[in-house]
Amino acid sequence: MTDTSWQPTASIAALRQRAALLARVRQFFTAREVLEVEVPVLSRRATSDPHIDSITALCKGEAAYLATSPEFGLKRLLAAGLGDCYYLGKAFRDGEAGGRHNPEFTMLEWYRCDWDDRALMREVGDLLGEVLGIARMESLSYRELFLRHLELDPHTATEEQLRACTARHLELSFAPADRDECLDLLMSHHLEPRMGSGITLLYDFPASQAALAKVLPDDSGTPVARRFEAYVGGLEIANGYWELTDPAEQLRRFQADHRYRGTHKLHVYPFEERLVDALAAGMPECAGVALGIDRLLMLAGDYDRIEDVIAFPIGRA
Amino acid sequence: MASYSTNEFKGGLKVMLDGDPCSIVENEFVKPGKGQAFNRVKLRNLKTGRVWERTFRSGESLEAADVMDREMEYLYNDGEFYHFMEPDTFEQHPASVEAVGDAAKWLKEQDMCTVTLYNGTPLAVTPPNHVILEITDTDPGLRGDTAQGGNKPATLSTGAVVKVPLFLEIGETIKVDTRTGEYLGRAKED
Repeated sequence: MTDTSWQPTASIAALRQRAALLARVRQFFTAREVLEVEVPVLSRRATSDPHIDSITALCKGEAAYLATSPEFGLKRLLAAGLGDCYYLGKAFRDGEAGGRHNPEFTMLEWYRCDWDDRALMREVGDLLGEVLGIARMESLSYRELFLRHLELDPHTATEEQLRACTARHLELSFAPADRDECLDLLMSHHLEPRMGSGITLLYDFPASQAALAKVLPDDSGTPVARRFEAYVGGLEIANGYWELTDPAEQLRRFQADHRYRGTHKLHVYPFEERLVDALAAGMPECAGVALGIDRLLMLAGDYDRIEDVIAFPIGRA
Repeated sequence: MASYSTNEFKGGLKVMLDGDPCSIVENEFVKPGKGQAFNRVKLRNLKTGRVWERTFRSGESLEAADVMDREMEYLYNDGEFYHFMEPDTFEQHPASVEAVGDAAKWLKEQDMCTVTLYNGTPLAVTPPNHVILEITDTDPGLRGDTAQGGNKPATLSTGAVVKVPLFLEIGETIKVDTRTGEYLGRAKED
């Protein structure tokens, strides 16, 4: 993975586009009176997400973690009464490297008080439409996408049906562990490539994939995660939540993540109990979303690989 | 034998899949923001030449395939096997008709070829990119017609048939690109 070239992998033109994009994003939020804030990149606590690994650093000999997202810091500021805010800076995820991933990347994350996921999803559509100059936009539920291309309801299909559907469409070297793995495989291999070239806003995810989103019944009474994702041309670009504000439920999810990591022999990081305290003190109802700036730049400049937009990706860093 | 993890997969790496040696063509890391990481891999089966697509969980590994490419001199065909020799050790390797495949029509004695060995046995043969061969059969040439376009089939000493310009005659030697089967020019006299 390391190469000894001193030169950047991104062109000077791409680096100029990056600067212009960052300025444009800041303008977008200034105009909407959303405040830019900084939160720690180096923290004593780490994400509990079972599928995201933190990079461990040493701080005076003690473990500290590079932030996988600014989420916990921003939510503590929301609980402190800061109001609408955003972070635009670096985030780190161990082991994520490839044509669309670099372990160190630039993330935009913002929160809107008293908004729900639908309202924030529209704002994500506004930002993407404005920056990319794309007018074609479709909003649909996770269920609708599965029904359209696979004639399968992801919430009510049996595990057998999901396994059969996955086996029909994909060549795997392993047997999927559970429903969610089947759903992830179908989404990344079969559905994302069929989304078309415009902006796709996908909402109401399976309750099992709620992460830190509220779980509420949809119109048909199925409990769904009030979470959304934005895609452009099938490339995942943003992930948003109507945020969980219940401290007891937050604690349960942290503990469930810990159990999952423990039983799957994954590293178990100390979780951020200060987030639970902040929720208990009263974090306002809000919606939040994280958006990958490097990918946005790939889309804006029509670049194929993430190293085309990062001066020194991990191999040369 | 060593094994390789998905994060070491890269183009050209030789691994075993379903009991067959394969060469990795492409390795794409796929990970939803919230969800598990996969590697979507394209592999060429070195026995059949077919390309397979297979998805692995990130971190899975495959056994390395004992496959290596060697430059060898083509010696002769005994009717059953094509015999190749390593120039530094003089070690000889008989290659089956299946292993030689389409390369057979370009093989000229003493030419250097790339022989892919799998567990020490020839699995595939790649002829040199350019070969010089004699025309053994073609329609009579049209003298003085060197400027005009148009071509005709010519059979070469190895059995290959290529399109050549109209002015060429039986007995002349020509240079051919084995990757495309294209005529490149008359061979220069040594």
